[in-house]
Amino acid sequence: MEDEVSVTHGRHKGAYEKLKQITVLSGKGGTGKTTITASFAVLAHDIVIADCDVDAPDLHMLLHPQIMKTQKFKGPKLAVIDRTKCIECGLCQNSCKFDAINGSLQIDPFSCEGCGVCVIVCPEEAISLQERISGYAFISKTKYGIMSHARLNPGEANSGKLVTLVRHNARQIAEEETRDLILIDGPPGIGCPVIASVTGVDAGLIVTEPTMSGIHDLERALQLLTHFNILPLVCVNKYDINRKNTEKIVKFCEKNKVKVAGKIPFDPIMTEAMVAGKTIVEHSPENMVSQEIETTWKKVLSVLYEE
Amino acid sequence: MIISIASGKGGTGKTTVAVNMALSSKDVQILDCDVEEPNVHILLQPKINETKPVYISTPLVDEEKCDRCEKCSEFCEFNALFVTPEKVLFFPELCHSCGGCMLVCPKNAITEKNVQIGVVKKGVVEDVELVYGELDVGEPMAIPVIKDVKKQIKSNKTVIIDSPPGASCPVIESVHGSDYCLLVSEPTPFGLHDLKIMVQVLEELNIPFGVIINRAGIGDRKIYDFCEEKGVPILLEIPFQRKIAELYSRGIPFVVEMPEWKMKFQLLMDDIKGRMKS
Repeated sequence: MEDEVSVTHGRHKGAYEKLKQITVLSGKGGTGKTTITASFAVLAHDIVIADCDVDAPDLHMLLHPQIMKTQKFKGPKLAVIDRTKCIECGLCQNSCKFDAINGSLQIDPFSCEGCGVCVIVCPEEAISLQERISGYAFISKTKYGIMSHARLNPGEANSGKLVTLVRHNARQIAEEETRDLILIDGPPGIGCPVIASVTGVDAGLIVTEPTMSGIHDLERALQLLTHFNILPLVCVNKYDINRKNTEKIVKFCEKNKVKVAGKIPFDPIMTEAMVAGKTIVEHSPENMVSQEIETTWKKVLSVLYEE
Repeated sequence: MIISIASGKGGTGKTTVAVNMALSSKDVQILDCDVEEPNVHILLQPKINETKPVYISTPLVDEEKCDRCEKCSEFCEFNALFVTPEKVLFFPELCHSCGGCMLVCPKNAITEKNVQIGVVKKGVVEDVELVYGELDVGEPMAIPVIKDVKKQIKSNKTVIIDSPPGASCPVIESVHGSDYCLLVSEPTPFGLHDLKIMVQVLEELNIPFGVIINRAGIGDRKIYDFCEEKGVPILLEIPFQRKIAELYSRGIPFVVEMPEWKMKFQLLMDDIKGRMKS
């Protein structure tokens, strides 16, 4: 099935009050968001899972979704010049704020944001905006629940809008199937796709690592959650690679009244599980890493449901 | 010469490679274009000697002049303007600063208003010049900050650009215009999956590239198979070593404590220069 939907940011008023949403984010990339989210999905049973890292999605490699529905995602439009009408006056090039039109009046599709300024300044009506497909959104079945995910075409813009579509789909499934929890795997950073991944959720779990960069990025991710008034939780992954820094993080959290939901040790078995295409909690349920992830998940749930 | 460093997947070691390479070379300028979470300055600890604000222009509607004709909201492709009988509502988070609303307004009721969304900072440490951007927390658009960072490029120097993770617009903006791109990956399924996405991006952008495998020894061999099949050169392998990980966790570039690596990064730089000529 392919269709288009209009999506809006934030919480729908009045809809399915019991529904909770939690986003796993990190600020810094590669701290273990996806590995941990996938394990949570296994532990949770029958929730709705949403992969909002749409430009480099990895969750599917651990959860193995079977796609049931595909939707085209229309991103920004693209300006196209009709060469037969163009008189090469250069007005379009001069008015483009994105430097998307070069000296030979060719449009760079990577730079064009589809704003339409060139269309209105062209005296010969030689330019038009064309629709372009920037990616796909999917609704899939997994062993662990229904999954809403997407794939932005490499290099495309507007990932925030695609994130909003993934969240809209997740919410719709949760309402139809009366699931009361949506678990969201967020992208790294703090910009547009991250903001789209956290607006209106009940809590944000920041996965960090005890490195100087990890600490710096954690602080910015925490500021982001505070800015949007979202309950923050912190999880320190690979906490034993630098215990001093882990202590710093824990103290910093205590000082700022942020709950630390868990500390997960470093173990190369995490990579072995990934290579096997399995979540760590299925691959090695007895391992300390799995045990700690389970403790963290329980803590997250208790915080989520006591609020 | 501009060398950018990208990866697709986050946390593969982009910043580690960028910083260690800069510290091993002469007369370099390093640009941190990961303006959402910049980390180069944490490893380099430079003395900051200049901070410049980054502005975007947004519309300011003069309600007296406006006659609610709705031409602005009809034009706006991003739905950042909504005209009600009482006033014009503006949603700054949706605005792309294209300036179109000002052009279409028949009453000249819209003017430009500058809004600060971040800063660009400049500093030096030893022989290395650093420029980095910082997007204000809560601001969605990284691109204008990245553009301002890149305006500081000194073309007479060797320029190293550290890009953000992912493969969407901020990455394109960062690597655009570089002479060569280094893709830092790790030999894991996630690393390979996201590397493939970046390879596709660079092929479309027509930027030559090579791969650096970080944490070599973990995971599996599939990334090597992929590079061989595709004919992508593997320019350097950095082994998974506790010492390297530990130095990173303390914010210390590993060439500082493991000087034998300086030579390897110098050879890497020469290798890239050689590839650029041929």
